[in-house]
Amino acid sequence: MARKDPRPEVNRRKFLAGVAVAGAATAVTPPVANGATPATLPNAEPPRRPSALPPNMHVAAAETATPKELPRIGGVAGSDFMVDVIKTLDIKYCPSNCASSFRAIHESLINYGGNKMPEFLTCTHEESAVGMAHGYFKIAGKPLISLCHGTVGLQHATMAVYNAWCDRVPVIVIGGNDLDAAHRPPGVPTFHSAQDINAIVRDYTKWDDTPVGLQHFAQSFVRAYKISMTPPYGPVAISLDAGLQQEPIKGNGEKLQIPRYVASSPPQGDTGAVKEAARLLANAQNPIIVADRAARTENGVRLLVQLAELLQAGVIDQGGRMNFPKTHYLSRPATAVSNADVVLGLELSDFWAVVNAYTDNGEHGIGVNSTRVKPDTKLISINSSELLTKANYQDFQRFQTVDVSMPADAESTLPALIEAVRSAIPNDRKAAIEKRGEAAKKAFAEARERTKQAAALAWDASPISTARLVMETFAQIKGLDWSLVASSGNVSNWPNRLWPMEKHYHWLGASGGYGVGYGAPASVGAALANRDLGRFSVSIQSDGDLMYAPGVLWTAAKHKIPLLAVMHNNRGYHQEVMHVQRLSNFRNRVASLGGDMGPIGTSIQNPDIEYHKLAESMGWWAKGPITDPDKLGAVIKEAVAVVKSGQPALVNVWTQPR
Amino acid sequence: MRFVSVRGLAALAAGLVLGCGGALAASAEKGKIAFVQHGCWQCHGFQGQGGVTGPKLAPEPLPLETFTAFVRTSNRTMPPYMEAILSNEDLADIHAYLETLPKAPDPKSIPLLNQ
Repeated sequence: MARKDPRPEVNRRKFLAGVAVAGAATAVTPPVANGATPATLPNAEPPRRPSALPPNMHVAAAETATPKELPRIGGVAGSDFMVDVIKTLDIKYCPSNCASSFRAIHESLINYGGNKMPEFLTCTHEESAVGMAHGYFKIAGKPLISLCHGTVGLQHATMAVYNAWCDRVPVIVIGGNDLDAAHRPPGVPTFHSAQDINAIVRDYTKWDDTPVGLQHFAQSFVRAYKISMTPPYGPVAISLDAGLQQEPIKGNGEKLQIPRYVASSPPQGDTGAVKEAARLLANAQNPIIVADRAARTENGVRLLVQLAELLQAGVIDQGGRMNFPKTHYLSRPATAVSNADVVLGLELSDFWAVVNAYTDNGEHGIGVNSTRVKPDTKLISINSSELLTKANYQDFQRFQTVDVSMPADAESTLPALIEAVRSAIPNDRKAAIEKRGEAAKKAFAEARERTKQAAALAWDASPISTARLVMETFAQIKGLDWSLVASSGNVSNWPNRLWPMEKHYHWLGASGGYGVGYGAPASVGAALANRDLGRFSVSIQSDGDLMYAPGVLWTAAKHKIPLLAVMHNNRGYHQEVMHVQRLSNFRNRVASLGGDMGPIGTSIQNPDIEYHKLAESMGWWAKGPITDPDKLGAVIKEAVAVVKSGQPALVNVWTQPR
Repeated sequence: MRFVSVRGLAALAAGLVLGCGGALAASAEKGKIAFVQHGCWQCHGFQGQGGVTGPKLAPEPLPLETFTAFVRTSNRTMPPYMEAILSNEDLADIHAYLETLPKAPDPKSIPLLNQ
């Protein structure tokens, strides 16, 4: 925002100009100790003639006298008011990488605001900062703010913002920007300014704004919070002008007010659509429920159990959140959809892929589509994401026709749906429904045994099997109030298949946008929230993910965030290993390995990265690489003790590919 | 969707194996190396144990004929490996390697799987 008021007299612009003049003067003045006149030595060269006129009285005083104390900025700083606004919303942390474009609000947060609510957390990369906020929300259910340098900082943050967008997670991103082209400092600050910094994230934020006054900021911030926290959740962005932050509150008669935040109620399904969905479900022979990000809270899990048991319907939990207890007999694998006559999809990110298969192995390398369900299967969708579709990024996936479509929040619609189903179940269907439950119990027990048999394969292998990795880990944490905060890479889904996940915080889902680099920061952010709740945080940390921005390890140590990171170090970008192999096969060419295990460009070896040393250098307790499965348990046990003492710990484990 | 039935695979395999012109004695040792060089480990793991990206290959691999036919003609998730990139000899060695892999322990005997 342009500076409208030149007061106070010594403003930032004049101050900087003064510094520049003084600096230039210093550069051409030879140093003279204690103001003494240089002595003329015998045989010395005659004094050189001055290249400029002697300084006049004013210049001499400016060069040699004690600088006059600069006048302080009068009045209340605008950024202090901004802190007042932020404090009304109970925001606990502000993970950020420091930057000049938000120096005023930074100063206000730590001095005027006392560095509490929010507390500034020092981050080494903006992607880490926003990733931490992402993970934090999934445990705490509350958003954080993250300050970013205009342009360059926000550019770093973009991948994490996109992940939050795809994962329906609220984060309030505030970008510093100096809009006033006529007065902002030239050079670096101008490289870091833009007309519209939010443009870069507009396609994957719910809303953004550029407030031009302090009252405008108050409204924008409360509005941003409200929008981001109304399901479907999502990130929002505010561009914060440097001038607006730095200048004092103007005494122009306007009394600044902070709007009161009142949460919006989540959108619920239309009554008629709920009744129709209930009719289909109640009369189905084999209804299946598929949930992705359905349970926003623990109550969502409870409601889904209630609906599933009422119908004795199998539940396929796609794992966007912990939707359904893995120990429940109605928990079913993805293949269960093939026998369904009614499929209820709850907050699915890709309904098409639930009922269709895509095999990346067709003629000329083009994939082949096939159906996974019977032709007359009825499809019901409750999905708030339909209210938040934008054009550019394709996270809305392929179009899938459904029979009942409710653009509504699933968790909020479930109570009405449960009641409607209860009313719609015909008396003559109750025995059949009960029988369905008995069959489900048997199928669940059999599936459990098959899973254990699969886990036993390569149990003693080195590199260590991913099943062994996760079960050695679980053995050391099972007595604690544990929370698996992230599982980056791919460990064949063993935690979800073998750990008794029952509570909402046992599993947080994945990145959303599949942007590699989410695991490390999100696990630190979630561990921060768990720390405050007294829970034990564990992550399965992949190698490729950690190398995107490993500086978040330092942030965890710096701020004493306890987290056990057990590494799934398969020494490669394994998803890409397989893609290049696939294309080589399609083209009938031998994949060139270049001395590594995977095709050139996909391995992270030669040299192998010593992640334990990396972590140790940033203040973590760490050990590795562990290659012997029989030694793994003891090392994890040591690490658990460290984490229980309040510090982060990392165990570097060489693993099978998946 | 093109699916090849197991019976169809067996018939095709018979032809493929006959067409190999008589197999040399397969080497499990060479097969272990070929298993890595040709990327089999990528989806199936270094011991052919499988995972979410590929089914288990060992222990007790498919008969060589069926195995060969599938590798050559797969229209499932695995792309086919033609002879130009994976020779019949290497394929037989890989199969020999898979045959050497021991049976997995009974999951009931593993305390960590019964916590």
